[in-house]
Amino acid sequence: MSASLPDTTRRSRRAHLLAQNIGLELAVFLLAACVLAYCGVFYAQQQRLPGGFEVTSTVNNTMPLVLAGMAQTLVVLTRGIDLSVGGIIDLTNATAAITLGGSAGSMVLWSVIVLLIGAACGLVNGLLVGIGRLQPILVTLATLSIYQGVAIRVLPQPGGQVPDVYTAVLANTTGPWSLVYVVLLAGGWTMFRRTRLGVSVYAIGNDPPAAQANGIAARRTLILAYVLSGVLSAAAGLFLAASATAGDATTGNGFTLTSIVAVVLGGVSLFGGRGSAVGAIMGAFVINMIVNILFFAHIDPLYQAFYEGLFLVVAVLAANGIGRLVRR
Amino acid sequence: MTSPPSPGAVRVEGAGLSKSFGGVHALDNASFAASAGEVHALVGENGAGKSTMIKLLGGRLQPDSGIIRLAGRDVRLSGPEHAHRLGAWTVFQELMLFPGMTVAENLMLGREPRGPLGVISHARMGVAAEKLLAGLGIFHIDPLALIEDISLAQRQIVEIVRALSHAPDILFLDEPTSSLVEREVSWLFGQIRALRDRGACVVFTSHRWNEVQNIADRITVFRNGRDVGTFTELDESEAVTLMTGQRLDTLFPARPPAPVAAPMLRVQGLSGPRVQSVDFDLRPGEILGVGGLAGQGHRELFLVLFGAERAAAGRIAVDGRPIRIRSPREAKRRSNGLAFVPEDRKTEGLLLDMSVRDNLTLSILDRVSRAGVLRRRQERRVAEEMVRRLAVRTAGIGSKVGALSGGNQQKVLLGRWLLPDPRVLLLYDVTRGVDVATKHEIYQLMIRLAGEGRAILFYSSDAQELAELCHRVLVMREGRIAAELVAPDITAEQIVAAAIHERIAA
Repeated sequence: MSASLPDTTRRSRRAHLLAQNIGLELAVFLLAACVLAYCGVFYAQQQRLPGGFEVTSTVNNTMPLVLAGMAQTLVVLTRGIDLSVGGIIDLTNATAAITLGGSAGSMVLWSVIVLLIGAACGLVNGLLVGIGRLQPILVTLATLSIYQGVAIRVLPQPGGQVPDVYTAVLANTTGPWSLVYVVLLAGGWTMFRRTRLGVSVYAIGNDPPAAQANGIAARRTLILAYVLSGVLSAAAGLFLAASATAGDATTGNGFTLTSIVAVVLGGVSLFGGRGSAVGAIMGAFVINMIVNILFFAHIDPLYQAFYEGLFLVVAVLAANGIGRLVRR
Repeated sequence: MTSPPSPGAVRVEGAGLSKSFGGVHALDNASFAASAGEVHALVGENGAGKSTMIKLLGGRLQPDSGIIRLAGRDVRLSGPEHAHRLGAWTVFQELMLFPGMTVAENLMLGREPRGPLGVISHARMGVAAEKLLAGLGIFHIDPLALIEDISLAQRQIVEIVRALSHAPDILFLDEPTSSLVEREVSWLFGQIRALRDRGACVVFTSHRWNEVQNIADRITVFRNGRDVGTFTELDESEAVTLMTGQRLDTLFPARPPAPVAAPMLRVQGLSGPRVQSVDFDLRPGEILGVGGLAGQGHRELFLVLFGAERAAAGRIAVDGRPIRIRSPREAKRRSNGLAFVPEDRKTEGLLLDMSVRDNLTLSILDRVSRAGVLRRRQERRVAEEMVRRLAVRTAGIGSKVGALSGGNQQKVLLGRWLLPDPRVLLLYDVTRGVDVATKHEIYQLMIRLAGEGRAILFYSSDAQELAELCHRVLVMREGRIAAELVAPDITAEQIVAAAIHERIAA
């Protein structure tokens, strides 16, 4: 009885996925380009291609940024930004350095406690943003300083001694075993995206009034996103402690900004609601490849930041341009 | 006319509801009730309170005072999901969809099918959404497409489908047809009738009178935030009288005699993007209309004249003095004296979060400041005077423009461009989406401005308006002026005919 609206041609599921994940695809492309460039400069210097040692150290060096990038992604998806990522890493890294040691049981226990410290830091951020209705940038700028200050209290001088067995588990130098963590994290994210919490995070980032109208618990989602972000930052602190075999209360400072760079390179929109932490993982690797390339190209370390900045601008401009072309 | 006994039990009722925004009453002690098994239309001008009524009943807003009864109970709705639990679903005018998510995700939100691991299965979700759409006779929306990638009409349908899929007892639709084409409207009406026939209550608003007549069992008219009556039979002219408090035939003020002075603006051989060698003269005191089908270069003509688009060729002279306009800044310079009022006040003109005063004085910042510092007192004086002159209904010049009704927003935009005291006004479809009473005020203002010796170039998508107000009308087709019609012999039919045909019988 009621009229029906006729069919039109339809794209396949795969075509949709390709078109809708352009940010992620650009990140893959960028990473591939960086790996090629790295192999090029490496070959020019060493007359051989990078081998197992290089792969292992790259993966181990990148793991903390992978985690920090994922932490940042969670908050950015909710239309926020987490400047306290670096502070949480400082605090958790310092705590890990003075507590890890002794029996295996004690190390597991303290690792869990360190993750909970990260969760607590995230909870503070989340409460201030979600309940206090303060701007995320303001809240996390303040808590960044606070967490940094507490970290210095915990570990005034770099030091502590992380047992070899801990390093062997988190940052094994005999092979690229940490790739397992990368795969687990990427898989975990894919699952997370398919949970109610995951959908809610995207929904509140996409359109806050619509989220409210659809009965999504916006406040709870926001707080949980910050808590999870804090846990991921704490994990970054643990990985840093493992690969350095010691702690430093200032080691995380650079991660606030680099985690944002990883997010941007990974195609996550700073306006919220779009993008994937898998992209941020790629972004983290891209950043480390750039550092490697600059190293092998014998760029004066003093100018490294300059070239990194230049690269970031060029990469984002290019990604925007390509993205616009593809969407058209 | 009185309302007959209701066809069924009252399903939804708002009694004595009031709601104000920034001191402006959107609803003022208004009441409304709809029953099971009926389709009930809310009609009224923009700002009459229809949308506010639907937002209150749908749980989107909370009333300042008054009682809401849903499904026989007095309720204080905490939000839309509260209304959902009581069987009431709403398709709001501003769609509540997630642009970065797929159609399927939007449709299945909160009831996503799960896969073996307990996580949402996108594959099953796509199938479920496809089935849902197909079950309602929709085959032209791809469930895997992102909302932001489908058309506005399709988004509207997705939102309607989402509401329908919950088998609502009460369905509110706020302007559901505004972006739909005829075939989609008839689809929607089929769904509405099916809902009614199974005893549900459907409440909708529309500006299209034939739709209201076509589907509504009863009609409630709103005016100025109040309900003015509920009817089973109502014809259009009665409805307009009720909605505006004014008779339709007095809408257009009398046209002043055509001026004879020398041209103030002379345009010769003007070409640009989509504009093909346009010539015309515009005299002081003249209202020169521009009409034609959409997309024939009117918009570009206005933009070129105002310097927002670059002219490729041609000459423009003001008071016999040739001028070059390369930017809006140059156009509005006092020696040129041009002002452009665009149609879409929200995206092209007003800063909705800023005050009426700031919006008004934006065009004359140099005049209300000294050495770069604003002189607040002078700014206030100028703004207050303009608010009085245009009878802008606002709580004060400090109110946010976004809190005003559409018609009053349009007046603020007009006021902004009157402040620099322009000699040539370029008015682009300024009455579109404005209620009848404000239209009437804008017409009177135009005639007054022309009487002051200003020249007005007036594009309108409403041929009736052009025919009634203008001294002459230029009809554009494919970037050229295809016909020039001269008052008093202009009719809307002639304008439309000239817009379509190569030649018209004069």
